[in-house]
Amino acid sequence: MFVIKCPHCFEAREEEEFSYGGEAFVARPTSPETESEESWGDYLFMKRNPKGWHWEMWGHSTGCRKFFVLKRNTANHTTVGAWTLAEARKIYDAEEATA
Amino acid sequence: MSNRISHKNSRVDLNRPLTFTFDGQSYQGFAGDTLASALLANGVKVVARSFKYGRPRGIIGSGAEEPNALVQIDVGARTTPDLKATQVELYDGLVAGRTSGWPSLAFDLKSVGGKFSRFMPAGFYYKTFKWPTKLWPFYEDIIRRAAGYGKSPIEADTETYDHQHHHVDLLVVGGGATGLLAALLAGRSGLKVLLVDDQSELGGYLLSMPNILIGGVSASTWSANIINELQSLPNVSTLSRTTAFALHDMNMIQAVELLQDHLPHAARNNAQRRERLHRIRASKVVLATGAFERPLVFGNNDLPGIMTASALTTYLNRYGVACGKNAVIMTSNDLVYQGAVDLAEAGITVTIVDTREQINPEWAAKTNQLGIKVYVGYGISEAVGSGAVQGVQLVKLGSLKNVVTAKGPYVPCDVLASSGGLSPTVHLFCHDGGRPQWDDARLAFVVSANGRAKDGIFCVGAITGVFALQEGLAKTHDTIAELLTGLGKTINASGLVLETDEIAVTPARRIFNVPDGKDGYGAKAFVDFQNDVAVTDIHLAVRENYRSIEHIKRYTALGFGTDQGKLSNVNGFAIAAEALGKTIPEVGTTTYRPAYTPVSFGALAGAHVGDSFEPRRYTAVQTTHERYGAEFEPVGQWMRPWYFPKPGEDIHAAVNRECLATRNSVGMLDASTLGKIDIRGKDVREFLNRIYANAWSQLAVGKCRYGLMLDEAGMVMDDGVTACISDTHFLMTTTSGGAARVMTWLEKWHQTEWPELEVYMTSVTDHWTTAALVGPKSREVLAKLCTDIDLSKEAFKFMDWRDGKVAGVPARVFRISFSGELAYEVNVDASYGDYIWNELMKAGKEFDITPYGTETMHVLRAEKGFIIVGQDTDGSVTPFDLDMAWAVGMKKPYSFLGKRSLARSDTSRTDRKQLVGLLPEDPNVVLKEGAQLINSSDITPPVAMLGHVTSSYHSAFLGRSIAMGFVIDGIKRRDEEGNNIVYAWAEGKAVKVKIVSYVFVDAEGARHNA
Repeated sequence: MFVIKCPHCFEAREEEEFSYGGEAFVARPTSPETESEESWGDYLFMKRNPKGWHWEMWGHSTGCRKFFVLKRNTANHTTVGAWTLAEARKIYDAEEATA
Repeated sequence: MSNRISHKNSRVDLNRPLTFTFDGQSYQGFAGDTLASALLANGVKVVARSFKYGRPRGIIGSGAEEPNALVQIDVGARTTPDLKATQVELYDGLVAGRTSGWPSLAFDLKSVGGKFSRFMPAGFYYKTFKWPTKLWPFYEDIIRRAAGYGKSPIEADTETYDHQHHHVDLLVVGGGATGLLAALLAGRSGLKVLLVDDQSELGGYLLSMPNILIGGVSASTWSANIINELQSLPNVSTLSRTTAFALHDMNMIQAVELLQDHLPHAARNNAQRRERLHRIRASKVVLATGAFERPLVFGNNDLPGIMTASALTTYLNRYGVACGKNAVIMTSNDLVYQGAVDLAEAGITVTIVDTREQINPEWAAKTNQLGIKVYVGYGISEAVGSGAVQGVQLVKLGSLKNVVTAKGPYVPCDVLASSGGLSPTVHLFCHDGGRPQWDDARLAFVVSANGRAKDGIFCVGAITGVFALQEGLAKTHDTIAELLTGLGKTINASGLVLETDEIAVTPARRIFNVPDGKDGYGAKAFVDFQNDVAVTDIHLAVRENYRSIEHIKRYTALGFGTDQGKLSNVNGFAIAAEALGKTIPEVGTTTYRPAYTPVSFGALAGAHVGDSFEPRRYTAVQTTHERYGAEFEPVGQWMRPWYFPKPGEDIHAAVNRECLATRNSVGMLDASTLGKIDIRGKDVREFLNRIYANAWSQLAVGKCRYGLMLDEAGMVMDDGVTACISDTHFLMTTTSGGAARVMTWLEKWHQTEWPELEVYMTSVTDHWTTAALVGPKSREVLAKLCTDIDLSKEAFKFMDWRDGKVAGVPARVFRISFSGELAYEVNVDASYGDYIWNELMKAGKEFDITPYGTETMHVLRAEKGFIIVGQDTDGSVTPFDLDMAWAVGMKKPYSFLGKRSLARSDTSRTDRKQLVGLLPEDPNVVLKEGAQLINSSDITPPVAMLGHVTSSYHSAFLGRSIAMGFVIDGIKRRDEEGNNIVYAWAEGKAVKVKIVSYVFVDAEGARHNA
């Protein structure tokens, strides 16, 4: 029961307005037919599922209906921020580069 | 026998007597009583029988910690089981019943078994009833009858509940001394403050110790002054009778307020709520939740008349009830002394048994003065009495170890209290992941004042392990000052003097379980009263090699009752730690989960009951359907006509008639509930190519196409017909239940993977009414109302749609069919929906037009082998499993959703479960949907399960039963004579079935193309 500040509406709203959209930045392979059995299976089913910080998509389902990215700690539900997909990508890439 | 005394600071009004009944007997109490205090005042000692052994039990506590006094309050629709008598406010006419004890409280059959309790240790049920397996149903029946407390109401709840949301700067939980002070200091700074407290009046434990002086005035005056000032502050609200029972992420606290249960029935207002759930989002939280006193554990410590020392004091000072004339109090600490002095001053003979070697000299002097006998260095090994405590056996304790060094005297008494120290009420602090720390000096799991300051949670008072009032008040001041400083505010404590006249506290003895020197063969010493968990049970669990406290808890049931171990947990952990040879912090504490105390379903549901539970959606034609006598069935949120029985018809007769009328003449179905998504933009075709399994590039304007939607794993997730309105405008239909899911699915892919596609989606489900005109006469009916569309077979083909006017109203007419018949789906603006339905009924009258519902729709579509997503599919079915390769465009350039997965090794197997038609050998037998399909009628295990029946009906048109279902390798078996027989097994019967094509009617499509 946390609060999310929608990066499109600029409002902090109750979690029940939103719906979970899965792990963020799971890019669909550009050429699925050339993917191996294993790599396609990884794309479909193998998610990070970390205990700790997690980049995930949420949809503002009873609000603006936009999908955005939330960085949430799965262990205690603290969040560090919510960004539009494009904004989040930059931050995520920068973080991954230094990790 | 009355134990009521006129006591100077009692909160009970002796001028307002109240009558109530308990277990069929009438008693008198007074305004301000709880049921517990009133029962004790009337000398009622036995209020319950214990869970496992049927032992008589009395009231132990004075609040939420009470494990024994579970009562059934009120009768009929209002009856509520398992309330704690200590939390039930007395009102005139209250009817309370026992929740245990059969046949009566005076004699419980289980107590006969209790005499053999040595043979019913922890794990008794697990060990005894697990063999032989086939007798388990018999055991279960007996055990279930013996288990449980109270009776749930069987009548509908006549009362109402609601929810209220709060957004505050600061929530203070607990209205005791430190909570009041915290609220006042924060309120003075201008913060928006809410204070919640579970009691009928604010004050907390000050109500139980009204003679302490704070700042030179009595505790009752001090708290009255603060409450007055709080009430004068417009930015401060207080809620009494309100229990904060859960703390969730980001400081969302849920609290339940009891609004009317304390009032006599005549004074209750039916227009008002019974309970209100408060959902409080607080920037900062101050937990001033206090502590519970834990009893010491000793032999026969469950005899009625034995309670906690704080309860004894509370009943005396707050309620004016002397629980006995001759009290013995055993203690490990200083906390009991003030209460003992109060009891002695009230004329009660008091004996103190102090387990310590040395006692506080100040208290020694005071007790001496009052003639209170104090046994120093003694403990109580065993309480003695039959049905109620009559005396105690003392033992001399070792100075360093908790062992018996000598037998002590026997002391008679009629009430016995004990204190093993305080256990802070850390529950809320821990609900969202916080952990308490063991404080070895204070012998308690405590939390630190600012241990969760980063989350905005601060703690004051006894929860922090500060048990002395003066220290608690001083530290509350400092904590609130820190909180306010963080907000850029300064504290204003003017006029508040926080010094008290308490006697300084000296150290406690570390003792939980008083030894009896009998090595486990003495009288039973209970740790958890509600679950009858004794010290010997914990020892047994450890001997049987349970090592984790969570396992020991579950094996013994320690702390699992409605009291959630508020009295028993710390004693249990300490006893387990000793048996395991570990320290208490090594053993750890348990996980605290919401709810802190039981919460009614009514409060949780609030106003979301009955018609408000979930929105119900009706089509525009609802009133007409009702006029035609439709029976309805829920489909998602929609209420759809199920069938339209004529007088005397049951569902079968009605459906048979509707099916035949439709196949032979014309019927009409309200198809408005199908999801409709309007999709526009220059890239719609490409978007549909990616979303659907089949191809959309060539679909001409004016044409429709059936589409299968797959998820990325290649499994069918939805289906429907999509029409090309223009090159840049399509109208998609979805299943009635899947509309919202599909809309989200489309939006997600568009926003995340294909933002470059120019498409705009709008849900238009409710905008249209769809009347499906179905049957060989449908063209003639429509022709009567529609002259501007050429309805001829050549001009308006199957799977075409046309714009026109029907009965003078703009309409989109789709020539599509979910029945296999010639059919037109007439779509009009929903505001014309009822009108168009009635016009079509009038026009069809000469053909005996027959409205039909979902049941007939199901039969008609099954006769044609049309699937229903969610009935014939379950998320593990590919288009190939459905034998629907024709709906998959494998040649499309873009790899549509799910395409790659169709080539995965598992999905591309040819021997998967496949959808086939099933014909029972006996045409009168309708298979059970869900029946397992097996290879022979012999069900001697092991039996290979080949699949199951997904759809099964009686077809009036064919005059026999038909079914669809999944069979391993079914498509191949269908075409192999001799290999096409299976058996459908359900409800003890195997029915012989032939695998056939699932198209039972008009395989060549002559009817829909007519």
